[in-house]
Amino acid sequence: MSTPAPKGLAREITQFDTRDAARRTIGTVFAVVCFSATVVGIVFLGVLLSDIWKDGAHRLSGTFMSGFPSYLPVRAGIKPALLGSLWTLGLTAVISFPIGVGTAIWLEEYAPDNRFTKFVQTNIANLAGVPSIVYGILGLTVFVRLLNFGNSILAGALTLALLILPVIIISSQEAIKAVPNSISLGAYALGATRWETVRFHVLPQAMPGVLTGTILALSRAIGEAAPMIMIGAAAYIGFSPRGPLDQFTVIPIQIYNWTSMPQVAFHELAAAGSIVLLAALLTLNAAAILLRNKYSRRY
Amino acid sequence: MDRSQPQLPNDSERAPAEATARVMPQSPASPAPAFGRQRQERGLGRPMAGARQRRERGVGWVLLGFSAVSIFTTLGIVGVLLYESIWFFQEVNPIRFLTGKTWAPLFQPQHFGVLPLLTGSLLIALGAAAIALPIGLASAIYLAEYAHDRVRSIVKPVLEVLAGIPTVVYGYFALFFVTPLLRRFFPEIDPFNALSASIVMGVMIIPMVSSLSEDALSAVPRALREGAYALGATKFEVATRTVVPAALSGVIASFILAISRAIGETMIVTIAAGAQATLTLNPLRSVQTMTAYIAQVSQGEVPHGTLEYRTIFAVGLTLFAITLIMNLISNRVLAKYREVYE
Repeated sequence: MSTPAPKGLAREITQFDTRDAARRTIGTVFAVVCFSATVVGIVFLGVLLSDIWKDGAHRLSGTFMSGFPSYLPVRAGIKPALLGSLWTLGLTAVISFPIGVGTAIWLEEYAPDNRFTKFVQTNIANLAGVPSIVYGILGLTVFVRLLNFGNSILAGALTLALLILPVIIISSQEAIKAVPNSISLGAYALGATRWETVRFHVLPQAMPGVLTGTILALSRAIGEAAPMIMIGAAAYIGFSPRGPLDQFTVIPIQIYNWTSMPQVAFHELAAAGSIVLLAALLTLNAAAILLRNKYSRRY
Repeated sequence: MDRSQPQLPNDSERAPAEATARVMPQSPASPAPAFGRQRQERGLGRPMAGARQRRERGVGWVLLGFSAVSIFTTLGIVGVLLYESIWFFQEVNPIRFLTGKTWAPLFQPQHFGVLPLLTGSLLIALGAAAIALPIGLASAIYLAEYAHDRVRSIVKPVLEVLAGIPTVVYGYFALFFVTPLLRRFFPEIDPFNALSASIVMGVMIIPMVSSLSEDALSAVPRALREGAYALGATKFEVATRTVVPAALSGVIASFILAISRAIGETMIVTIAAGAQATLTLNPLRSVQTMTAYIAQVSQGEVPHGTLEYRTIFAVGLTLFAITLIMNLISNRVLAKYREVYE
């Protein structure tokens, strides 16, 4: 840039250099802004987790884990909610897994390429965007009232199963799509029927992906409060649920109730409940990540 | 799972085989349960053994039945909402419902104007968008254009944790951390207010914007970037004038989806924004959203079958219609961008 040049050109070069420097400064500023934006989310997450921990950690104790809800904060515990969540989660998994995977298999391996299939696929994509409280309205009307299951674990699990079904279907479809064509062609060539091919060749290969997607979907279900409020998961449950037709509550509802109390001590219990819930989520997600890492080397 | 899987060495070399669709030779557009017969037609010259054939047909029907569940879910949602809403709208004029400025169905005299709930939802969703859209897009640009692979592989999952945190926990945080913090700057702020809910919800939907936008940005062909660089563009210019415009439809789709998600969110607003249906655009005031109203009524003692009870279906129908339309627009926009680059 510093070679001798005619006067007019020299001025233009200087101008170019100034503008170039400005453009580079803008570029640096922009990079910093983008980086900071990314950091904002992470910092927020850190603040949130540390705030919850600070508020609630000292409430975590044997009494808290094994106690029942109480008007006395010292004696209040999360046991019925914890058991309720586990019951609901288990039942939700049992209901949604076969239906979700079955739908994915049908769409990927069986469905003819016509408008009906396309409609089913679009419909699933749209269901994934329906607000969870609308599923709650459906659950309240159909499962609680129409089928007369009452405010039971079964009604809750059915509602949650419908809620997470689109997530399971879509992730299972991805997993099935990722299985190389050569495997099913090989099976067909050996005379396997369609179902034998799916059952013994495609599905085993797709299973890690299917399970990962299902676990992530279940981790959404365990944190849902809105549909549970709708179907009437009760505030105070003074007993441990014993079967699918029992009344129940779940951890998110328990947290919500404690949050709504005026006394600070209950807010601390809400934070402690949140820690338990986040720990459960962490466990589920860790399981999903382990599964993915263990099997992701194929193909 | 209980049979050994075929071990095919070197499958990476078989990639071209995947290009062909995994569809067995079959007559097109035949319904699922007809497999047994089809297999005979193209089969080995001898029909399948009866039991095997019956099982094949049975499995086809069962899988079709599973797929029908999602259709019945949609029918159920639409049916339930419409059925109860029709009863509701026989007593309340739909025009008055959509344009009325007072929402007080649980008090005398009753008012059924949904506008306060609608503006409550929109106020909070737009506040959340004001946070999530710029931050999410900037994060996406950072992740797609600037970050090293290793940084991205750590930052992306951490950001996605934000989307996985239960909304009650966010609600707790909005009420007991964000609101007290805001009170230092705005002493007149209501104990329950739209602003805290907006901020927290904004952060919650950041990962939605950032990861969907990043997918769109990463899908922009390398050649476009190289071309811009060859013309002397700086990295900033490449990112903002080439990559983002090229991925614009994907970015916009992520925006719409995120806002739709914010409108449908329930727990944060129920906990932090309050239960007063006020028609206001002041974020420091307490507002009630459509979702918060539905949750409030379902907790109360409103008898089943009354007009008050049916309000949740009318409000639910409004909510469902809004989110559905936004999702449809988002899908349409996204489909358009896929056509361009694939």
